[in-house]
Amino acid sequence: MKKIVVLAKQVPDTANITGNAMKEDGTVNRAALPAIFNPEDLNALEMALTIKDKIGGEVIVITMGPPKAAEILKHSLYMGADHVMLITDRKFAAADTLATSFVLAETIRQFGEVDLVLAGRQAIDGDTAQVGPQVADKIGFNQITYVSALKEFDDNYLIVERDGEVQTEVIKTGYPALLTITSQVNTPRYPNCRRMLQYFRADVKDNFSNSELSTAVANGWVIPTYSLDDLKLDEERCGLKGSPTKVHKIKSIMLKGGDLKIYGTGQTDIKQLVRDIMKVYVEVH
Amino acid sequence: MKAIVFIEKNPVTGKLRNVSIELTHKAYTLSNPFKGEVVGVFAGDALPGNTDELFRFGMSRLLYFIDARLKHLHSIAFKHTFVEMIRSEEPDIVLFGATHTGRDIAPLIASSLKTGLTADCTQLYIEDYKNKGKILYQVRPAFGGNILATIITPDHRPMMASVREGVMLLPEERLNHPVKMEPFTIDFNESWVKSEFLSVIPKVKKVDFGSANIIISGGAGVGSAENFRLIRDLANALKGEVGASRAAVDFGFAEKDHQIGQTGSVVRPMLYIACGISGQIQHRAGMEESQKIIAINKDPEAPIFNIAHMGIVGDLNEIIPVMLRYLKEEG
Repeated sequence: MKKIVVLAKQVPDTANITGNAMKEDGTVNRAALPAIFNPEDLNALEMALTIKDKIGGEVIVITMGPPKAAEILKHSLYMGADHVMLITDRKFAAADTLATSFVLAETIRQFGEVDLVLAGRQAIDGDTAQVGPQVADKIGFNQITYVSALKEFDDNYLIVERDGEVQTEVIKTGYPALLTITSQVNTPRYPNCRRMLQYFRADVKDNFSNSELSTAVANGWVIPTYSLDDLKLDEERCGLKGSPTKVHKIKSIMLKGGDLKIYGTGQTDIKQLVRDIMKVYVEVH
Repeated sequence: MKAIVFIEKNPVTGKLRNVSIELTHKAYTLSNPFKGEVVGVFAGDALPGNTDELFRFGMSRLLYFIDARLKHLHSIAFKHTFVEMIRSEEPDIVLFGATHTGRDIAPLIASSLKTGLTADCTQLYIEDYKNKGKILYQVRPAFGGNILATIITPDHRPMMASVREGVMLLPEERLNHPVKMEPFTIDFNESWVKSEFLSVIPKVKKVDFGSANIIISGGAGVGSAENFRLIRDLANALKGEVGASRAAVDFGFAEKDHQIGQTGSVVRPMLYIACGISGQIQHRAGMEESQKIIAINKDPEAPIFNIAHMGIVGDLNEIIPVMLRYLKEEG
């Protein structure tokens, strides 16, 4: 029986910025982007469920974010998570990776003996890949990043492949450990129909009326939320205050128009394009 | 302004990784105007074969710790080693290559030192900040590359940043710093070794963007893995390398090694031919420094045309076969 924590994040879908999401001035309209389950965190959850399915255990998905982030926790319940936790507080806002990892590490520490922590390699909004390792440092777990395959595991150890850029490393680790997972590892399962029926009303407490609340609690629909006070955290180490890095300025990238020569699609036009390509080709070869 | 650079070895070749040399030069340009020095830190089972190279690009000293147990990436052991080296030097700045090793260890070190770390910076410069004197300004793309954020670490030291390989350019000229190698001793604790490396399989390098003058890339618009053959055929005909957008990799048209963009390789070839690539910022972050960009795309509104020098609006599956025929004729 393993206790497995999955760290997840709700992110704007930066990979699918379509024409509609671009504003007139060529910058991105963030409001038009859907919020999604960070893709590699889904791979982490899938790995946790795979391990649980085989050797038994408990899968707990933790996310820090605004109340809306409960959406990914609901999805986690659909997929098979046993418990979910939403860490939410305005005082956690504007946290950099150090402050974020502090809150996540404290949460993990407070909820008892954990055997394995799994997280996506990186989130697609910041792409820093720092939160996982910084949690590992704070809870004192062994760390393996860029995990690209789960080869073998049992109650005592895990054997994984790590994508080491110029080489693939086959690594064995005991518990406890924290792994960061890449998309190569697995294909996340679809939500389970029975669980969808069971949890389709799952939400944070504030979104239930007083009359609904007792039914919601009885059915396990209430997604538990934890504030800074609930976790008894030092405010100086959370949110903006606890973040050594500050955003000095932000510049939206604008699409700049260049000198563009457009060729037609007729045979002679394509022939001309090939001639122009050959000029560059001759220069370089 | 003292700067430390994390020096990394390619475990397959035993030589320095290029990014270590690039960052040595960058650290030199940052620290030299303020009479600072650049100190390299290295840990591993043996020194890289060409450490002298670092001193031609501005390094003053190289601290190193050699131990057979550091043959593999035992993250915790590396963390302790580098934390001790950094503490002994008290630098203002620490730079890491944003490699799979650097991105594994740097966050652990920043967490231990309780300081800021900015990932994947594309520009670094030093300027005054309020009454706090000179600090490091760290510019990085975020939000899928749609914004450029300038990040600062005003109140903590060291200011740590990582930079991807190929982002910082090397100058033509060489410096002539004397080679100064300084062995560093630490009390290695066996408990730092927590993983067992069962085997290590060198990857067969399928893609070489570094030496490619011409790159032909395909995106979602290619349509299928089968159609992607056209991209490879065009690359063969032009003796170029094959690239792919993230979408093409996600759809399984091309392997991940070919990916160009913010989450792939950064390239700057003489000629870049983007086929069926809309030109999302995430892709452009990896190729817009190319000297000449040709875009083939069905959508005349595709943002790729905003940065292209030459373009054809049409179906690449019809256009590329014609191009291949003419290329054959032109010889």
